[in-house]
Amino acid sequence: MSFLSLLVFSPLLGIILLAFVRRTDTKTIQWLGTAATVPPLLLALFAFIRSGSGFRLEQLDESYDWVRLANLPFFTDAAYVIRYELGIDGLSLLFIVLTAVLGTLAAVASLLIKVEKKGYFMWLLALEIGMLGVFAAANFIWFFLFLEVTLVAMFLLVGKWGGFERERAAYGYLLYNGLGSALLLVVIAVLVARTGTANFALLHETLHNPVAEGQLIAPLTAEARYWLLGGLLLAFAVKLPAVPLHRWLVRVHVEAPPPVVMLHAGVLLKIATYGMIRFGIGLFPDEFRAFAGAIAVLGVINILYGALLALRQRELKHVLAYSSVSHMGVVLVGLGALNEAGIQGAVFQSVAHGLIAALSFLLVGVLANRIGTTDIHRLGGLAKAMPIFSGYLLTAALALLGLPGLAGFVGELTAFLGLFETKPALAAAGALGLIFAAVYSLRAILDITFGHTRERYESTLGLRGAKESAASVSEPRVIDLQAKEAVPAFVLVALIVAVGVYPQLLAEPLATVLETMMNGLGG
Amino acid sequence: MNDVWQANWSMMTPEWIVLAAAIVLLLIDLVMPKERSRRPLAWGAAAGAVLALIATAAMIPADPVSILHDTFRLDGFAKAFKLILLAGGALALLLVAEWEPKEGSHYRGEFAYMMLFALLGAMMTASSGDLLTLFVSIELLTVSSYVLAGLRKTATASNEAALKYVINGGIATAIMLFGMSYVFGLTGTTNLGDIARELQETNEPYMLALAFLLLLIGVSFKLATVPFHMWAPDVYEGAPVPATAFFSVVSKTAGFVLLLRLFVTIFAAAPAEGRDPSSLLLSMQPVITVLAGLTMIIGNVVALRQRSLKRLLAYSSIAHAGYLLAGFAAMSWAMIDSLWIYLLAYVFMNIGAFAIVAHIVNETGSDDLAGLAGLYRHRPLLAAALGLFLLSLAGIPGTAGFIAKFYLFIGLVVTEPGHYVLATVMAVTTVVSYVYYFNLLVQLFFRPASLAPLRRLPAGLSTAVVLCALGTLAIGWVPDLAYDVLAQFGHFGDFLP
Repeated sequence: MSFLSLLVFSPLLGIILLAFVRRTDTKTIQWLGTAATVPPLLLALFAFIRSGSGFRLEQLDESYDWVRLANLPFFTDAAYVIRYELGIDGLSLLFIVLTAVLGTLAAVASLLIKVEKKGYFMWLLALEIGMLGVFAAANFIWFFLFLEVTLVAMFLLVGKWGGFERERAAYGYLLYNGLGSALLLVVIAVLVARTGTANFALLHETLHNPVAEGQLIAPLTAEARYWLLGGLLLAFAVKLPAVPLHRWLVRVHVEAPPPVVMLHAGVLLKIATYGMIRFGIGLFPDEFRAFAGAIAVLGVINILYGALLALRQRELKHVLAYSSVSHMGVVLVGLGALNEAGIQGAVFQSVAHGLIAALSFLLVGVLANRIGTTDIHRLGGLAKAMPIFSGYLLTAALALLGLPGLAGFVGELTAFLGLFETKPALAAAGALGLIFAAVYSLRAILDITFGHTRERYESTLGLRGAKESAASVSEPRVIDLQAKEAVPAFVLVALIVAVGVYPQLLAEPLATVLETMMNGLGG
Repeated sequence: MNDVWQANWSMMTPEWIVLAAAIVLLLIDLVMPKERSRRPLAWGAAAGAVLALIATAAMIPADPVSILHDTFRLDGFAKAFKLILLAGGALALLLVAEWEPKEGSHYRGEFAYMMLFALLGAMMTASSGDLLTLFVSIELLTVSSYVLAGLRKTATASNEAALKYVINGGIATAIMLFGMSYVFGLTGTTNLGDIARELQETNEPYMLALAFLLLLIGVSFKLATVPFHMWAPDVYEGAPVPATAFFSVVSKTAGFVLLLRLFVTIFAAAPAEGRDPSSLLLSMQPVITVLAGLTMIIGNVVALRQRSLKRLLAYSSIAHAGYLLAGFAAMSWAMIDSLWIYLLAYVFMNIGAFAIVAHIVNETGSDDLAGLAGLYRHRPLLAAALGLFLLSLAGIPGTAGFIAKFYLFIGLVVTEPGHYVLATVMAVTTVVSYVYYFNLLVQLFFRPASLAPLRRLPAGLSTAVVLCALGTLAIGWVPDLAYDVLAQFGHFGDFLP
């Protein structure tokens, strides 16, 4: 078995083993589910480290015959052959590492899940396979296949293990993302039908020097290319999400179980960034120019709209949901700039937000578990009861508002640098949103950690206390972050700082990809 | 008379097998003591269908031949679609073997051999090269189907279904025959190949267009596509579940076989008015496109509101007929290929779903979708299998449904100008269908069990479910298995006589 297939499908082993564990044996399930996320992590880190020391990632490419859709005498042998192809470059590698890291951390954080743990872990691992596969796929069909695996897995994870309105959130997710996927499928079908291949590299070649394959394949007209790119961008705009297509995201952030949101906000949203860069800029560089202005404007709208709404929320999950909308706007801003700094910024921001969002939701999960509410107005003074937790929460807030030296700053700075280069006025407007970010994140976090007193939620605690005191009198009323929860939080903070202090970590693998991309744009 | 004796009858081996099995079973049923269970008869019928399937598969490499003045053809098209029909028929017969209605299964013997007769009709349709054989064989299928729908003599719903089916089917047959009479009148022959050649010379575009529309109405009834789809939900709901499974798969396939044989052979050659689109079929393409779009929309949207599993699957099958009709409307080089792949995938995923529905109806006596609630708790494997079939019907990757639907998409956009609107309608209605298929998943996996746990799946049903699940997964993950079979027919180059 080859390296990439092993990387993508290794969680499958966990799923199979889990099938044989008894439903009630939660300890084994937790242990096995977490262990199953380790192989992809190790393999991804291995590839990351090797690529740092000059290993060429193309050597990992794999390709097997899969299906020959048509075999007409006037086609060449390779036409309409869809292969099973995996292959990565620096861009995909970054996202794969992000996925693998967050996958393991989310599995650890799933300690909080109490019901039907077996099914939960099986689907969580399926979700991880889907996410890894999306980034490792080297052709459109397999990209789509893995993308839909994440769709089904997310639907079930949100719908079964989510909060009170979970089914509504799950259907919202399904419909929005289903429509995005459907649109994507039409685009893919057109590309495959008109070029006879689904492979990214071959598509790139065929689109740029169209060769007459046979009179029955009609080449793509210039107009059709604009439509295709428009369809692609719209499909990924739903998944990013861009305002006004963001309603589903808010619901999922609020209703889904926190470990799942870690993966959702951390990785799934980033598939849109990846798709826009890989397919939008990668396949249609010339056409992308026409859309760049609109994308940048959308990005600024996202930033401002998300930030303004985040200011007004009472519920911490809502604040974070709208901050996700706002932060994904930065990605659009970077892409809209359409220069090296911009694209680099979009990728930085995606990775940074992935880490920060994961940290935030890890903590939100703990909060909901301990206090039973994440309503800002009902919380306060947690710094005394849970000092370690509050420290992490403050770090998350600082990262969220883009404090220099932390990951968020790098992404925002680079993306905006890019936009200032091309569209200064727009960039200035967007930069306003960064100020709002400081306000909403600090407001929320300070209210929770310092705030007034605990009186406001004392009733909740009192109730809990009464119940618990019946069981054991000596137990403290609010438990601070435990070691099992502190480890993932610590890892995330370490990564956030590492990226913030040494952004070269991300820039190095990206360098060659960006170079090719800029050549495409320039030429 | 000489022709009859000298004809190469061996090319009809699959038909002989099915016919012989039906007659033998009929006789056994006659002499068998009344109190003996008829279950072995259904198994025998399934074995007959499998035998015919093997015989058909053995004939794949043979050159195309025809007998009796080209009334019976054995070309790639006939062989390819007979494979699907026989596979669907055999699987449906497994459902018959485990059919347990409330009032008792006294008619299981009749059920089995009537289904074989219907299957024979469908197979003959695939091989017909003449209007007469085409008509007779499709009527053999239809008339047998009426009986199948009304098999539960004492159940009102079953009687209602049969009556509605007879009335609607009768009207459709009459209209189709009327259309055929125009074609005959214009050409003076019933042979499809001769008709095509004659029509190239005729200059009666309006008469021909009328014939086209009448035939389209007739076929549309058989396919249950908009606007002649209304009978399907009632018939599907009232008929016994195995019969419903048979209608939704075998009858539908036969309908598309009829559509292709009739329209592609006759009207692709006929000149159109104004002679700009080169043939009548192409000039009528917009009509078919609109009908396909409407079928997809109405089938999927109405399915959203169904509580009965059978009605839900009925509307879902209307929607799938819409996807298939869209593949026909595309009229690209991939047309017959993509329909074949889709119908093959449809056999597995739909009969698989019906097999599990049949078990639930047998056990609970109702087909309300609440009957699925909590199935995962008691029968996790069964729930997983049904989940697989539903995901496949929804066209989620990793299943046969996706591969098939993707090929339809390719057919839609491969020509210039592509049918982008139709492709988009198909994509959007697919997402609409997610809502009701996933709603069933919600019942299966999220809801607490409200009913007593179901018993184990009986042998016939579990065989059907396992085979269907294997087929669905195999085409989904190793699509070359299906495409390699398809490649042997050489894109149906010998289709036109």
